[in-house]
Amino acid sequence: MSSADITGDRDISKPDTASKGDIAPERDGPRDTGMDDARLHRWLERTWRTPPGIVGALSSVDHKVIARRYLITAFVFLCLGGLNAIAMRIQLSGPQRGLIGPDLYNQLFTMHGVTMMFLFAVPIVQATGIYLVPLMVGTRNIAFPRLNAFGYWIYVSGGVFAWVSFALNMAPDVGWFAYVPLSGPEFAPGKRADVWAQMITYTEVSSLAVAVATIVTVFKQRAPGMSLDKIPLYVWAMLVTSFVVVFAMPAVMITSTFLILDRLVGTHIFNPAEGGDVLLFQHLFWFFGHPEVYIIFLPATGMVSSIIPVFARRPTFGHLGLVLSLVAVGFLSFGLWVHHMFATGLPKLGASFFTASSMMIAIPNGVQIFCWLATLWDGRPVVRTPLLFVFGFFFIFVIGGLTGVMLASVPLDLQVHDTYFVVAHFHYVLIGGSVFPLLGAAYFWFPKISGRMMSERLGRWHFWLAFIGFNATFFPMHLVGLWGMPRRVYTYPAELGWGNINLFISAGAVLFFLSFVLFIFNLAHGALKGAPAGNNPWNAGTLEWATSSPPPSYNFARIPIATHVEPLWAEREALPVATGLRVDARELLISTVAEAHPDIREKSAAPSIWPLLAAISVGATFVYSIFTPWAVVWGAAPIAITLIGWFWPKGDPEDEE
Amino acid sequence: MKRPVSMAFATAGALLLQGCAGWQSVLDPKGPAASEQAWLIWFFTGLCAVVWVLVMIALAAPLMMRSRAQAEPLAIDAGAEGRKLRVVLTAVAVTAAILIGLTLLSFFANRTLAAIGSDASLTIRVTGHQWWWEVRYEDATPSRILTTANEIHIPAGEPVRLLLTSTDVIHSFWIPSLSGKLDLIPGHINVLDIKADKPGVYRGQCAEFCGAQHANMGTFIIAEPRAKFDAWWNDQLQPAVAPAGDEAKAGEDLFLRRPCVMCHRIGGTPAGGTVAPDLTHIASRKTLAAGTLTMSRGNLAAWIADPQGVKPGSHMPVVDLDGDELNAIVAYLEGLK
Repeated sequence: MSSADITGDRDISKPDTASKGDIAPERDGPRDTGMDDARLHRWLERTWRTPPGIVGALSSVDHKVIARRYLITAFVFLCLGGLNAIAMRIQLSGPQRGLIGPDLYNQLFTMHGVTMMFLFAVPIVQATGIYLVPLMVGTRNIAFPRLNAFGYWIYVSGGVFAWVSFALNMAPDVGWFAYVPLSGPEFAPGKRADVWAQMITYTEVSSLAVAVATIVTVFKQRAPGMSLDKIPLYVWAMLVTSFVVVFAMPAVMITSTFLILDRLVGTHIFNPAEGGDVLLFQHLFWFFGHPEVYIIFLPATGMVSSIIPVFARRPTFGHLGLVLSLVAVGFLSFGLWVHHMFATGLPKLGASFFTASSMMIAIPNGVQIFCWLATLWDGRPVVRTPLLFVFGFFFIFVIGGLTGVMLASVPLDLQVHDTYFVVAHFHYVLIGGSVFPLLGAAYFWFPKISGRMMSERLGRWHFWLAFIGFNATFFPMHLVGLWGMPRRVYTYPAELGWGNINLFISAGAVLFFLSFVLFIFNLAHGALKGAPAGNNPWNAGTLEWATSSPPPSYNFARIPIATHVEPLWAEREALPVATGLRVDARELLISTVAEAHPDIREKSAAPSIWPLLAAISVGATFVYSIFTPWAVVWGAAPIAITLIGWFWPKGDPEDEE
Repeated sequence: MKRPVSMAFATAGALLLQGCAGWQSVLDPKGPAASEQAWLIWFFTGLCAVVWVLVMIALAAPLMMRSRAQAEPLAIDAGAEGRKLRVVLTAVAVTAAILIGLTLLSFFANRTLAAIGSDASLTIRVTGHQWWWEVRYEDATPSRILTTANEIHIPAGEPVRLLLTSTDVIHSFWIPSLSGKLDLIPGHINVLDIKADKPGVYRGQCAEFCGAQHANMGTFIIAEPRAKFDAWWNDQLQPAVAPAGDEAKAGEDLFLRRPCVMCHRIGGTPAGGTVAPDLTHIASRKTLAAGTLTMSRGNLAAWIADPQGVKPGSHMPVVDLDGDELNAIVAYLEGLK
């Protein structure tokens, strides 16, 4: 570590610690201070680029490279999960159809849920954060870049593991929630439930890694001047989400580990015959499972908060209120897991407490909705595709939120719990609340990532197709649920009269699926033939638009100084910058947590193949451990070796201080 | 944005008419609990619809505005911001008030539901199995305890107490037109009180995913006038009627010599298995295999000949029978009224 001797071209108050043990000059290298732009670019590019060749690509620790891989992988899993859904909808399009039997159908809906929750939704919101957070806070790379790369490799291996199992007809068939005793040793012979439990472990390890990297990036790497009140709302959303991940994910890791122990080692944690309890599983699972919804939803609120001000041409109304709402939702999300368990026969007074807490979370969510509406009320906004998707978000998510209020009521929930009404509800919340903002975000940030614009005309077609397809698919599900159709049934009798409406739903699902085909086409068209975007095509105000599109490997030639929550709007001529970082080494500016005063200069890890090798050895251990508990012992050796390689001292004088 | 809205409502309208006639519908309540819940659903839906429409108006309004959004994004009118703040705070306060109201409403509705069965005189123990329901009528006199399967007869107009449990995985008991659902959990006993206002047949099915044949785990509540119910109970307590005719006699003989006897019980015969439904009066039931097939000679034969085709994954094994043997067994079972 070297104390910061950063100078800004603005009066940035100097930290008191500036004089503590500055590094000796012989260890110092060329700095960016006073260097001309062309020379600076050459230096920084040589220092920060991803090494050439295949090994180089696999060694990359550039947050943008990792994030692009994450985004593409998660999108592939979205398409696979969508194909699961289409297969289910074909089977359900009429009563007593024989296309898909119960064995395959149960794997299909389990894989659909697992893929969408663990392989698409959480990874894609985290991937967006990996790309955008370092740019928005004005730093050169994410904190712990090797951990970040490791997280990606673990995620890919978990996803491949799950889908290879599916191809081998051994995918989990116990639902994405895998309740015991159905998933326990007695009622789930074979390896299917073990695949569920281990896949959870993979994806949780990777999302914990990303969460930790995000938290540290936001707390310690913000551009000088970006005090807490100037952090963009998207970054706040990712920060709160990352804390929710850190506190929620361990619960599900415990759940899946207990399940593996019951199945593999013969413990009786969930076995009622030996004094275990099956409801313990549900409590642990939903203590994670409900915050999970907010892990998916909160980043999307950050996207909405980024898109609306740009097209309303003003800063977000109620910035502080929105930040406090995010934090409140983060806290409250841990207090309402029991509303998933009202039908288990809980004590009535206890259940009523969870009605109240579930209702209460609607208040901070309401604050967010009202603040966004108030932001839009200054005049006719510029309606472009990203904003259209935000409108779609309002239309759909508010319905989902309101049916959520219905589900919070115990007596009402007892009728609609585990019916298609709930299926409709959570697709309104998750697709409306997360996928529509994500699609808007894709149109919004695609120019930054690719340097080219997506087609506005195709974008509008895409929006209307998705919007109509979505509502045609999921709105009628509310009704068929009220008519008594339970979830997770592979067929239904003709005499219950659910045939026509299910046919309609299936047709809607095909329409919705086609909208994604159009989206893929628009992505490809934009990447190949789109108009050049320039640095800031939307004339937006946050720092990611201050650099070129796509950004260089080092993000910013000179570290920007944030003087406002929308710095590019406040500084119309030129953004003030801070200088003093070395250009021959990967150096980051570390700032103080609250005020973002420049504090110290810190090395950022160089590219390395070890995170990939570590992920391979961890992944192999996970797969092996569904067959024998000894895997933990045998796997420890290769994991230890790869970690030693990863953390091997680099001979840097800084390390030896 | 108008098109999909009207489309959704048109769909809803057209389909609502069709669905309400169903005998497994939340919107067609036939008992006090389901009536309370249906009222609650309509009330919540109405209120939520109003809130949603207001939000949509607030969202659409800026699109209708004549003035464009400003060119200078940081030129904010402080007075307008103050007015907006008051509007937002009012909206938040109204939201909070509505939510408190709904919480109280929900709390009192829950109390109403809890009071329904306080004076229940009849207790029935329902045990979930993969994938059928064991139904046991409790009585202080041991000889009057009755075990049957899948169809639950109750006296109409009287509250009945159901004790719900399971011996394998978690199931959930749900008769939408009478009451909300409650889980059957191994190691736990849950209490569900139900009441049917009028005689009738009310269908339900398992609502918690329970494995391969979760979809075909139906059940029926058959509410009858008290006298008819008492007569039914007395009939069901009788041992099975003796087979009439040679074919049926041969069928009984086969039943007792073949694997059938390992799992099923038929009162009055040596067949005493308890892991599968009691068949003493199977022919008096409306359906076979937990609501999968209607009761008929043809369906009985189909179910016995090919259980894995009718209900793939079910625990009923294929028993090797030739045509005559199958006919004989069907003739025997068909006589078990």
